[in-house]
Amino acid sequence: MRYAETGYNLEIDLSRGNIERVETDPKLTEHHLGGLGTNAKILWDRVPPEVEPFSPENLLIFSAGLLGGTPAPGANRTIVSTISPQTQLMAYSMMGGFFAPELKYAGYDKVIFRGKSPKLIYLWIHNDKVEIRDASHLQGKGAVETQELIRQELNEPKAQVAAIGLAGENRVYMASIEQGRSSASRLGVGAVMGDKGIKAIAVRGSKDINVARPAEFMELSNEVLEYIKAREEKPIPGVMPILAGLGSPQEMKIHDEKWHTENFNWGNSRTRRRDYWTKDVEEKWRKTQDNVRTRLISCYNCPMKCGATISVPGIATYMMKCFSKLTYTMAAYSDLDFGFKIAQRATEYGVDGFSTPQVMAFAVELQEAGILTEEDMAGCPSDNEGRFYWLLDRIVRREGIGDVLANGTYWAAQQIGKGAEEYAHNNIKKHEQLPLKLGMLNPVYFLMYSTGEKINITQIEGQFPQAPFPTMEEREEFVKDWIQVPDEKFKDYLLKWDFRGEYSNPYYPTVEASVDIVDWQEKMHYIDDALGMCAGLSSFPLKPPYHIHNYPAFISAALGVDMDEDGLSLATKRNRTLIRAFNVRRGLTRADEKPPENHWKKRFPELEAELLDAYYKFKGWDNQGVPTRESLEELDMAYVAEDLEQRGIIK
Amino acid sequence: MSKVMKKIKTIKVDVDKCNGCRACELICSAYHAEPRYSSNNPERSRIRLIRKPIEDVFLPVYAGEYAPAECMGRDKYVIEGKEYGECDFCRASCPSRDAFKEPDSGLPLKCDMCEDEEEPLCVMWCLAEALTYEEREEEVEEEVMLSEMETGLKSLADKYGLQNLVDSVARMSQKE
Repeated sequence: MRYAETGYNLEIDLSRGNIERVETDPKLTEHHLGGLGTNAKILWDRVPPEVEPFSPENLLIFSAGLLGGTPAPGANRTIVSTISPQTQLMAYSMMGGFFAPELKYAGYDKVIFRGKSPKLIYLWIHNDKVEIRDASHLQGKGAVETQELIRQELNEPKAQVAAIGLAGENRVYMASIEQGRSSASRLGVGAVMGDKGIKAIAVRGSKDINVARPAEFMELSNEVLEYIKAREEKPIPGVMPILAGLGSPQEMKIHDEKWHTENFNWGNSRTRRRDYWTKDVEEKWRKTQDNVRTRLISCYNCPMKCGATISVPGIATYMMKCFSKLTYTMAAYSDLDFGFKIAQRATEYGVDGFSTPQVMAFAVELQEAGILTEEDMAGCPSDNEGRFYWLLDRIVRREGIGDVLANGTYWAAQQIGKGAEEYAHNNIKKHEQLPLKLGMLNPVYFLMYSTGEKINITQIEGQFPQAPFPTMEEREEFVKDWIQVPDEKFKDYLLKWDFRGEYSNPYYPTVEASVDIVDWQEKMHYIDDALGMCAGLSSFPLKPPYHIHNYPAFISAALGVDMDEDGLSLATKRNRTLIRAFNVRRGLTRADEKPPENHWKKRFPELEAELLDAYYKFKGWDNQGVPTRESLEELDMAYVAEDLEQRGIIK
Repeated sequence: MSKVMKKIKTIKVDVDKCNGCRACELICSAYHAEPRYSSNNPERSRIRLIRKPIEDVFLPVYAGEYAPAECMGRDKYVIEGKEYGECDFCRASCPSRDAFKEPDSGLPLKCDMCEDEEEPLCVMWCLAEALTYEEREEEVEEEVMLSEMETGLKSLADKYGLQNLVDSVARMSQKE
């Protein structure tokens, strides 16, 4: 019997309609842990760099993490991996909700799709019974609507369904996969799903998930719950409210949006409105939110309440998480009421709540600059909100100018020309980022923005405060019970860090300290993404219940292996390096490793080069960001070195 | 039969507080696994969450007495704009549905308030406080409670007939 994992993957060949249940090698789990780690290994082995995102040779992998479905609170993430049409690099988008545990209970760790279905289908997994079913009647249906239609059709109210909307069917580069109260939004995984002809995957499982050392595992899980309770009573003082607690930022709970509305940029990351948040706005937004929010809700086996059901009168109910309430609002320079309304339609279409509003704002800005012509925008209403609805409809249908915009700001700008590139100014590796533009270069964030393989800043950070605390008393108070640090030196970094003077950005944290901090933050995310743990209880918030010191015990008790901190660090370094090698093999170079040009007003090219050099060196890469043979051998991945040598990438 | 004072153990359910996470189902199944906590599977749970988020139905129900026959209740109730089936509130394992049946054997499951624990574990794991444990004293008719095995046997007898059950047990004991 296998512990924690089921030991089986489902292999679906859509071109031939073939379904296989394949036993996996437990050694791979020890090497890569699971989830993202083993996904990366499969992609490395089976998807050579010539493969295009919309090729039948591209794989689309849905994976539960190693701890998914076990009692470990918050282990519910589904990791979706493929080649991104947006970046042409590895996409690993993730979603919470209920899909991953259900998949494990059905007896599978992963579903791996290859090929392309000649017609629209959905996959129905019911324990050992797996079938490819016709979905032609679901064509054009909303992503939320589809989930319910499939449950009714199967007469399985407990089935968990991951579905795409119209955007995915039409291969819109920002198409998401929606499921439960969650979605895998970033990097166009929904477009690949649509390209393969998959409308949805429904799963229902009633098998056991076993852990090797039950008493130990339960004690650890109980400790996590206890810690969550204690932490609830002790929010972190001196940081913005959404970061004071655990979970993903509590956007559905809080009303005070001063920080976001005054620090993030409106439009397509265009205007900072420093005095936006007035008493009147606060009162109006509070009312709006209270009126539409029915209930705060959770993902599987998690006490946090990061999402909400949203019912705007006259519009179908949907579920919202995190930040989408502001993305449409701010892109359109509108108000919260508009944000909640348009997000419902966007969710049914199945689009990424970060990229989509920015692409629409980009179009509006191009129109106002005369780059998009009247002909391009023919039929567009003249009112601001109407214009956004119109653009959304065109994009997901790929009609007219929408067909161009559906490729995201980077590719759309190239296609439009006439200076449109100037307006696509918020990308990293061809992908839209948070609309945050600041004053002074922050060395830690510079590294995370530049080098993050996820190409998604919001889930690379965490663990270390985003800004220094003003007084020494506050700093000392913060480090007092900071048990999560991997090493005491991190406390010292924080104690010294100041707003002004010698110990302030950009020269402090020092290059060395910045690399250490980034490595720690990144490591925690790589662990979570392999284990299927929600970042909201681990790598994202300050002082989380899961950390480098208790994770080895969780893994040991679950799997029945001996895992220690060094072993865990090695496995995550292996995963991080493998994804880097995969992307390097697809053409990623040092020249791509940079934040948007105008991200900080004050930049320091020499320091930035020094930071990159030091980071690469620390990781065991050459100064072009390519893993060296020596470091690959240390990680038992000589086969990667050989491949890169044959291709002339390692010289 | 005489009247006696009895300690009644109950779980109070506050549906307004439920966040829909199903930790109650998971921990219940883990607690009742053999050996304890070695496996989990919400399908084996003695509590289940009726969860229809779009309709805002979040209803934890824990297993009560076994019912050998179907009842007449198939009505729909609308409470605060939310539609519930009559069965949604029912705590019985009955012939007409899969709820509260051991998935392998089909035998009925009943909440035992986690026997030797201070509180039922679903209550302990419900940080949303939708479930709270309550004890009260009540004067009740003295009755002989069926043990878990007796409940199981009774359901088998209902399903296959008592005589068939007796015959099977006799055959099995001869084989041994």
